[in-house]
Amino acid sequence: MLWQCIKMAMKAIASNRLRAFLTMLGIIVGVVALVVLVSFVTSAGDAVTDQVEGLGTDLIRVSIIDDGGRPLQLDELPAFTAHADIGAVAPTNQISATARFGHESGQASVVGTTFSYAGISNLELLSGRFLQTADVTNSTHVAVIAESDAEELFGTSHVVGAELALDGRPFLVVGVIADQESLTSLLMPGYTIYVPYTTAVRMSDNLASAVTTIMVSASGTDMHAAETAIDEMLLNRFRRDADAFEIFNQALMGEALGQITHMLAMLMGGVAFISLLVGGIGIMNIMMVTVTERTKEIGVRKAIGAGRWSIMLQFLIEALVICLIGCLIGVIFSLGIIEVASIVAGDLMDFHLSPGAVSVAMVFSIFIGLGFGLYPANQAAKKKPIEALRY
Amino acid sequence: MITLDQVTKVYSIGGEEVRALDGASLHIAQGEFVAIIGPSGSGKSTLMNIMGCLDTADSGIYELDGQRIERYSENELARIRNRKIGFIFQSFNLLSRMSAEENVELPLIYQRLSGRERKQRVAEMLALVELSDRKSHKPTELSGGQQQRVAIARALAAKPSLLLADEPTGNLDSRTGKEIMALFHRLHAEGNTIVIITHDQNVADQAPRRIRILDGRVQEVA
Repeated sequence: MLWQCIKMAMKAIASNRLRAFLTMLGIIVGVVALVVLVSFVTSAGDAVTDQVEGLGTDLIRVSIIDDGGRPLQLDELPAFTAHADIGAVAPTNQISATARFGHESGQASVVGTTFSYAGISNLELLSGRFLQTADVTNSTHVAVIAESDAEELFGTSHVVGAELALDGRPFLVVGVIADQESLTSLLMPGYTIYVPYTTAVRMSDNLASAVTTIMVSASGTDMHAAETAIDEMLLNRFRRDADAFEIFNQALMGEALGQITHMLAMLMGGVAFISLLVGGIGIMNIMMVTVTERTKEIGVRKAIGAGRWSIMLQFLIEALVICLIGCLIGVIFSLGIIEVASIVAGDLMDFHLSPGAVSVAMVFSIFIGLGFGLYPANQAAKKKPIEALRY
Repeated sequence: MITLDQVTKVYSIGGEEVRALDGASLHIAQGEFVAIIGPSGSGKSTLMNIMGCLDTADSGIYELDGQRIERYSENELARIRNRKIGFIFQSFNLLSRMSAEENVELPLIYQRLSGRERKQRVAEMLALVELSDRKSHKPTELSGGQQQRVAIARALAAKPSLLLADEPTGNLDSRTGKEIMALFHRLHAEGNTIVIITHDQNVADQAPRRIRILDGRVQEVA
């Protein structure tokens, strides 16, 4: 019986293709809106979360704001790593300089740091070595450069042993690291070059030797324990002055971002759902017209022996089939739109179909088909056979 | 096999009571071929509706095939129609989107017969009305006479106790009308019980037994 009803529904739809398509259009637009919007938001959210994770989810950044006349010195840092919950600690500072190799030159962010930084920031060494403790101790003029920056400046990534100039001072390239795929690196123009912390201090007139920014990683996965540990140690260091420093937890930021994108996806989905609902009303409208148009058919079917339930099922399934075909077309369109968006966005972002959004769209389409089909189907089912035959 | 005893049906139209059937009594035996004749407004349609289980009587007894048809629910009436009544309408009433074959199959679907049984029965019925070669045609691709033959095949498909035809030749030219009447005679000869409702004396004259209905009462015509 069910199969017969589906066959009848397909036949009814096929007999008036244009009308069926126009009816479906409401559902198609609703499904496309739902799937595409939610997919975009979740894709963007995933991309941002990925970048945050790329910066190291086991990363805590500490900014010293007011040292109260007792600046934190570089040689104090190793003591922090003694705590069981803390993995590594690296100071960072940053100056801007002009990088030059031959005739090629450009603006560079010069980051001064220590050996630990590579591990904390998940830097991947492609060739050579990263900064070493001896480089920091001796303030040597060595530099580590990212692969694409090396290619731009030198024309090749095989630059270990080559020399470049930073603000006129010669630096020996000792290592090349992989590019960090992130929006920030795409949005921030110029080269990123790592040099020993002390060397950066010497290069600048403004940088003090005191440490103002520290990157901290957890020893295990327990970020909260690491945060508590560093907080406690710094409180001791700065005479229980909680305003002396600020702790910024990367993982918390990731979580917050995740929550924001989730909320945004729900919001978008909610708005799109309204258009799906409007599509459902369109289906109800057309089903009402269809039932009236086919009054005679209903009369004949009833005379031949169709019960209420058979007629009800027939029209309900017709509404459902329209909804599901509309949903399917909508999902296919969405797939196309997301594919095109991915191509347009290029490297910037990878858009992908949100399976959650597709299943939500499917479930809602079924409910809309049943919900909005019920009333017209019941109208059809309760027609009196004699009156319907006379129509 | 069919018994009506003092059947009454009253409609109220615009506050005025109309006694469409006023104590109609009638007996039709199995295998009979009966024409019920009467002018419009005589209660013909009401009689057909009650005999066809499309409606129930207000009072009196209607017995079909030994079963008293009372105030059954709509679904129960549908079941009885499905199994015991084969309707043939003046305007054929085939479903236009479906082929001849599918139209004939319809009552069997509502009987929930298996696909194989349905196919076999449909082929048998179409052969009976000599339309096997037109089974895939849509009603619009068939002539009036052919459409009515498909409708007869559909009415016969469920092997009903009663074939109930309402002006079956009303929409046909006289030559095709004769063909359809000849088909009815053949079906009668094969043992089917047939009731034709008509206002056309020529059609009625072809039936072995004639019943006249006037003002809601029935009487035999000699």
